[in-house]
Amino acid sequence: MTDLTQQNFRVVLYEGAGGETLPTDERFDMVSALLDEGLVVTRTARDGVVAPDDNADTLVLGRFEDDSLVKCIRGTERLHVRAWQAEPAGEVAAQARELASESGGAVSEGWKPWFPVIDYDRCTNCMQCLSFCLFDVYGVDKQDTIEVRNKEKCKTDCPACSRVCPEVAILFPKYGKGPINGDVVREEDIKRESMKVDVSALLGGDIYSSLRSRQKDARERFSTERDESKALLERKRCLKKLQTQLDIPDEVLMTLPSVGDIQERAARAKAKRDRRLAESQTVRDEKKAPSVDEWGI
Amino acid sequence: MSQAHRILYCHCKHARVIAPEVKEGVLKALCDSGAAFDAVPDLCEMSARHDPALKRLAAEGELRIAACYPRAVKWLFHAAGAPLQDGGVEILNMRENNVQEVVPMLLNGAPIVQEQTA
Repeated sequence: MTDLTQQNFRVVLYEGAGGETLPTDERFDMVSALLDEGLVVTRTARDGVVAPDDNADTLVLGRFEDDSLVKCIRGTERLHVRAWQAEPAGEVAAQARELASESGGAVSEGWKPWFPVIDYDRCTNCMQCLSFCLFDVYGVDKQDTIEVRNKEKCKTDCPACSRVCPEVAILFPKYGKGPINGDVVREEDIKRESMKVDVSALLGGDIYSSLRSRQKDARERFSTERDESKALLERKRCLKKLQTQLDIPDEVLMTLPSVGDIQERAARAKAKRDRRLAESQTVRDEKKAPSVDEWGI
Repeated sequence: MSQAHRILYCHCKHARVIAPEVKEGVLKALCDSGAAFDAVPDLCEMSARHDPALKRLAAEGELRIAACYPRAVKWLFHAAGAPLQDGGVEILNMRENNVQEVVPMLLNGAPIVQEQTA
């Protein structure tokens, strides 16, 4: 993932007063080239409105009718100016990207932005995602509200937490299908509430206790049969079922922690969730309804 | 003709979830129209980075956004600490609509009636 401390950088394709209006095909080529370089672009027009100035480092790019505008801008700390004549758009865009990097500006990198986005209109703060995710993507804020804390830990193309969310409140905007991609939530999606049960039922109840149980069963089987290949097959079958049901990519399964780690993390997540829920309960209990006297009745 | 609303276009650079001909067609039409607009490489990626530019882009005023599903766009801005205003924002979905549907709405503001969440 790209550096989260990068500064704000903006390229303004200037066609306002004192600047020439570009031929439309050249305008398109330049905007496309700048976007492909990962830069945020503003195209101005004489009578148009754009996002307001916010002290971003700004590169003003254009064909200026004379050099008065250039002189006026040049030399200020956060404003850069570049007169563009006949150079290829790709070349100018690459230079703009270089300038952005030198200024510490935010430049979009090649990382596929894959992370959960919570729809708080739907989320009920049930913490199912916190308990479910094995990669510490979720956390809880100071108000006891679930939040996406470690986006960079999310496994690309894995939408499993979204599939177990009983409220269909977790989105992955780059996912192919709805409602996980942000499409409208329909009645049949709501019925996935039952999927929560199905997923748990998939392994015969709570997933983690089921894993523990399977491990225990496996140990017993090993002690009686010593059939490791049979146990391995059983484990593979179980994982395959889970993988299919939750659309988990192969690479994610490959990076799954050991059973011991899973149990430890599950216990930690459960303790965290229980503590948060207990704290919320305590706060609610302390705020008891006023007595009759207090109401002044 | 003066343009009272702002336009924001998302290039969805990091995934092929929007048909290239739709993305290109919308951007081309915007460039041809002479309208002023802001364009970003990828809203998802900017949201992940909490890019401060999102606050500027979410600033008050009438805003039309060409991107993807409205629910996704709304919560991407929210996730970046730059929530969109409650009113005056129209989100046009380039994943579901074609160039001929998106462009007039972007430029002239005939709104798409979004199906409500169940």
